[in-house]
Amino acid sequence: MINRREFLMAGVALTAIAGGAGTWTRAAAQQTLTEADLLDMAPTGKLSILHITDIHAQLRPVYFREPSVNLGVGPVAGLPPHVTGADFLGLYDIEPGSPRAYAMTSPDFAALAKTYGRMGGLDRVATIVKHVRAERGDDNVLLLDGGDTWQGSYTAQQTLGGDMVEVMNALKPDAMTGHWEFTYGTERVQELIETLPFAFLGSNIYDSEWDEPAFDAWKMFERGGVNVAVIGQAFPYTPIANPRWMFPEWSFGIREEDIAAHVEEAREAGADVVVLLSHNGFDVDRKLASRVDGIDIILTGHTHDAIPEPVIVNDTLLIASGSNGKFVSRIDLDVADGKVTAYAHRLIPVFSDIITPDAEMAALIDKVREPFSAELARELGTTDSLLYRRGNFNGTYDDLFCQALIAERDAQISLSPGFRWGTSLLPGQAITVEDLHNACAMTYPAAYRSSMSGGLIKDILEDVADNLFNVDPYYQQGGDMVRVGGMGYTIDINKPIGERISDMTLLDGGEAIDPEKEYVVAGWASVNEDTEGPPIWSVVEDYLAGNPVVTIEENRSVKVKT
Amino acid sequence: MNHTRRQMLAFTAGAAGMAAFGFSALPALADADATQKAIDEFAAGATPAEGRISLTAPEIAENGNTVPISVEVESAMSGDDLCESVMILADGNPNPDVCTFRFSELSGAATATTRMRLAKTQNVIALARMKDGTVYMDRKEVKVTIGGCGG
Repeated sequence: MINRREFLMAGVALTAIAGGAGTWTRAAAQQTLTEADLLDMAPTGKLSILHITDIHAQLRPVYFREPSVNLGVGPVAGLPPHVTGADFLGLYDIEPGSPRAYAMTSPDFAALAKTYGRMGGLDRVATIVKHVRAERGDDNVLLLDGGDTWQGSYTAQQTLGGDMVEVMNALKPDAMTGHWEFTYGTERVQELIETLPFAFLGSNIYDSEWDEPAFDAWKMFERGGVNVAVIGQAFPYTPIANPRWMFPEWSFGIREEDIAAHVEEAREAGADVVVLLSHNGFDVDRKLASRVDGIDIILTGHTHDAIPEPVIVNDTLLIASGSNGKFVSRIDLDVADGKVTAYAHRLIPVFSDIITPDAEMAALIDKVREPFSAELARELGTTDSLLYRRGNFNGTYDDLFCQALIAERDAQISLSPGFRWGTSLLPGQAITVEDLHNACAMTYPAAYRSSMSGGLIKDILEDVADNLFNVDPYYQQGGDMVRVGGMGYTIDINKPIGERISDMTLLDGGEAIDPEKEYVVAGWASVNEDTEGPPIWSVVEDYLAGNPVVTIEENRSVKVKT
Repeated sequence: MNHTRRQMLAFTAGAAGMAAFGFSALPALADADATQKAIDEFAAGATPAEGRISLTAPEIAENGNTVPISVEVESAMSGDDLCESVMILADGNPNPDVCTFRFSELSGAATATTRMRLAKTQNVIALARMKDGTVYMDRKEVKVTIGGCGG
């Protein structure tokens, strides 16, 4: 296969460069790894598709640690993306300590981050997009944004997504779909969509009252001399995982039969290539690919997986392009007689110190950030520990949030949602307002304090665990497990709902949780409309004022049976 | 007075709600027996087969109080190949009966859409009875969650 051979050659080149990573200085690594190494690719066919997804409003380069724990259940146990760390490096022949190891896995993250620097930045992404457009010709390139673009930073929060729309418009995507976008509320979403010079697609978004399609489902593009149909698929469980009351006019769902109908329509309308621009999450898309025929490519999103090669199911290429602007996927296609005859793929890691920022885009990013620059840079504390969020059960950033909730809201137990967004901080870094908001900027931030019975707490854990570990991917919602402070528990991921969680114990004193007893619980990001409390960022900021140096011990409070 | 589409829909939803809960105040949830009994009565001796009827329902309900479902039966809607009725059951509700749709040749097609209330995660079952006495069944598990931590 052309793709795999070419990919491996690129891999060999990169690993050769990083062979002695342990002793290399950052400057040496940067001198050797060039922009050309990252961007050059032997072209295939005439058409190139570029995919970026789950940017979470990260305009500038970030540190983002990939998960060390990302378990799959049932038939997908041990399959990508449920492969992490050394197993991932082995599966894809990646040298430990190499640039690609740093980009796609978690081992030695803090040390490697110091060597290879931050990743992402939409000005670097613009350089990549312009490079491919120049190489292939404007008419031969399709740029698709998988959504979760407008939310996740202080500036996106302050401008209600306006900064991201302005910057993304300059990148000139051809289409996008969405998820967290909807948490700005129906009116704001409609207002922003009206300003887009490109399509916002959602095959699975219905008017909840009339049960009729509310968005354009798909659009045909003439690129590379062929017809490319792009079907959009928003996150199916937006009204369940996020507050439905913010966008009551819209109903979602997987609606697999609608996708099948649109594939058929698109083929009848002359599509040579059918692409699903999806925010389903990887396992949902893998199942969907096995059940809906005729999709050439699924550009997956939502679960934030970066996979260096396509996963092929039922002749469909599944492409996973990571998150936070860390990666851009490029897929070249050779198309003849209405069929894809050859392809090549590269997951391009956006090393911010190697890829030159596009000057125009850099200036635009500076412009949208400028009104907030003083507040963004305001320091709240420093961290001695690596702070990160991604992982199925806990992350050090959430441990900090859980500690803050218990201390500031005077609670016994704290709950923090298992979001997959939120950037990382290295030991020794200052924690700025920008850094804090990268982990919690959202439109329903109230930190509640309430009384819950032990039984209800167990029900919540069981419910969330089933969203993550249901053996049928169509019942998975794509987040990680809710993070818990003040309490430990055991989870058996292969059990059915109601039987996964056991040994719930208060960490302070070791007392077993009594299902009948009431506990004081603090948490944030409730989907309920009447939730009251200060915003989570105020809670954490207050906590940092009294505890300005953060040290997080390894969290051993969740015991996992697989 | 003109009925708006919104009002008409409200009536329809109300009617569906009545079918589910109108005269039932049973505190317990339906047991498997009640569901099986309803299936047996509807099938009138036939063994429900797979195929011909397809039930569309969300995998996870956005709002358990009003879950949209639809059924479609492959039928010529004439002669022996006529779908006479479709019954919807919810096996985890206090009373499993949701509603029964009746069709005639004049219906043109055996399709129906309604909204129903689901007390908890359970199976929604749709049965179609044809004029020749054969019965077809489809089922789908609809999950009702507490919700709140995805993304």
